[in-house]
Amino acid sequence: MSDDNVLLILQAVDEARAIVTAIEKDNPNAVVEYEPAMVKITCPKKLTINTETVEGVIGRDWETHELQLILITLAGHVDEDYDHFTLYWNQ
Amino acid sequence: MLEIKSIQIETKRETFGHIERRIGKGKAATRYEEATYDLQATTNFHYLPTYDSNYELYDERKTAIKMKDWYSFLDPRQFYYSSYVVTRAKQQEGANQNLKFIGKRNLIDIMPASLKNQFLEHILPIRHFEWGANMNNLQLVSEGYGSAFTSAAMFHAEDRLGNAQSLTKIGLLISENDMTVLDKAKENWLQEPSWQGLRKMVEDSFVVKDWFELHVMQNMIMDTFIHELFFNYYELEVSQNGGSNYTMMTGFISEWFEESNKWVDKTIQIAIEESEENKATLTGWVNKYIDTAFDATLLLANNIISNPEETLLEIKTKLINRLTKSGLNL
Repeated sequence: MSDDNVLLILQAVDEARAIVTAIEKDNPNAVVEYEPAMVKITCPKKLTINTETVEGVIGRDWETHELQLILITLAGHVDEDYDHFTLYWNQ
Repeated sequence: MLEIKSIQIETKRETFGHIERRIGKGKAATRYEEATYDLQATTNFHYLPTYDSNYELYDERKTAIKMKDWYSFLDPRQFYYSSYVVTRAKQQEGANQNLKFIGKRNLIDIMPASLKNQFLEHILPIRHFEWGANMNNLQLVSEGYGSAFTSAAMFHAEDRLGNAQSLTKIGLLISENDMTVLDKAKENWLQEPSWQGLRKMVEDSFVVKDWFELHVMQNMIMDTFIHELFFNYYELEVSQNGGSNYTMMTGFISEWFEESNKWVDKTIQIAIEESEENKATLTGWVNKYIDTAFDATLLLANNIISNPEETLLEIKTKLINRLTKSGLNL
């Protein structure tokens, strides 16, 4: 793994699928790897989950803190607001 | 040191074959997709139904709308049994909490008597309209084609029964469980002149043959006029005159209306995107019912709102905007 990657690991459950789909849509450089019971997502420098994209996938309102329920670990600074959850490294 | 080794076992099949053929190989399907796609039988119907032997049990020819794939009508809310039930249970809990709060604080006692009478006389009969909407949506379930549409219609039908029950509950709360208010409301629905336009329209809708036409008539046109008037404009006026307790009780209905519009609008949009022919058919249906609905609702608006004509014109503009957004040019 290169030094400037941010990292997000989620439990491989139903709720994670929509988030992974949203990440893939909004972060073309993200790499998604499926481990036993986990989904590992790495992305150079910055990774954003947009509330709007997730809502589009699941067809209901979604709040960024719902991520906590399935979050295993992460690496990077967190910038969280109503409409996005972003991981980044200061360059 | 203990090392726990793990092996990744690749899933051979992510989902059922018929789902895979729709979403692509190796992709995980959502529960909604698995509970919806291609559920309805399409062949081997054996006997023609005795009640309507011109058509098969499930038959695409029962509407003038033509679709290459009837499963284009996916529900943007992605309701299948469990997601629907969980969503509604949560909302029901909220609504019950509000009713309890009102009961506990005796907020009914401080509600102006004029407002109570207005509800019992001019709002409560809407439960019969909601029952009609329940009937019509069940008709969509039985006549419609493709589970993507019919299962959403089934949920919609249940919602309508729920709305009728909510209104009944409020009526009983206001009248302190005096059952006769329900009989009086029914009497109004059947006899009172201002209700007859709407009642005629509801009864006429029961004999509409084309199910998609019925969908447009009930879920788009009648609902927009009635729900916008009774649970949006009227409530705004009531709140301004100190009746915000009242709006606490009907909160669920207006929230529901906003939510289900997403589904209704989407169905219209998908049918229009399919072909110019569908668009022309839909335009015809909208023009056929919009003025009747306007006139029927105006009679009722006169009872409850200070500027009926103006309000109805606003509602009509809202409806036309929604239809335009879905792709119709009216």
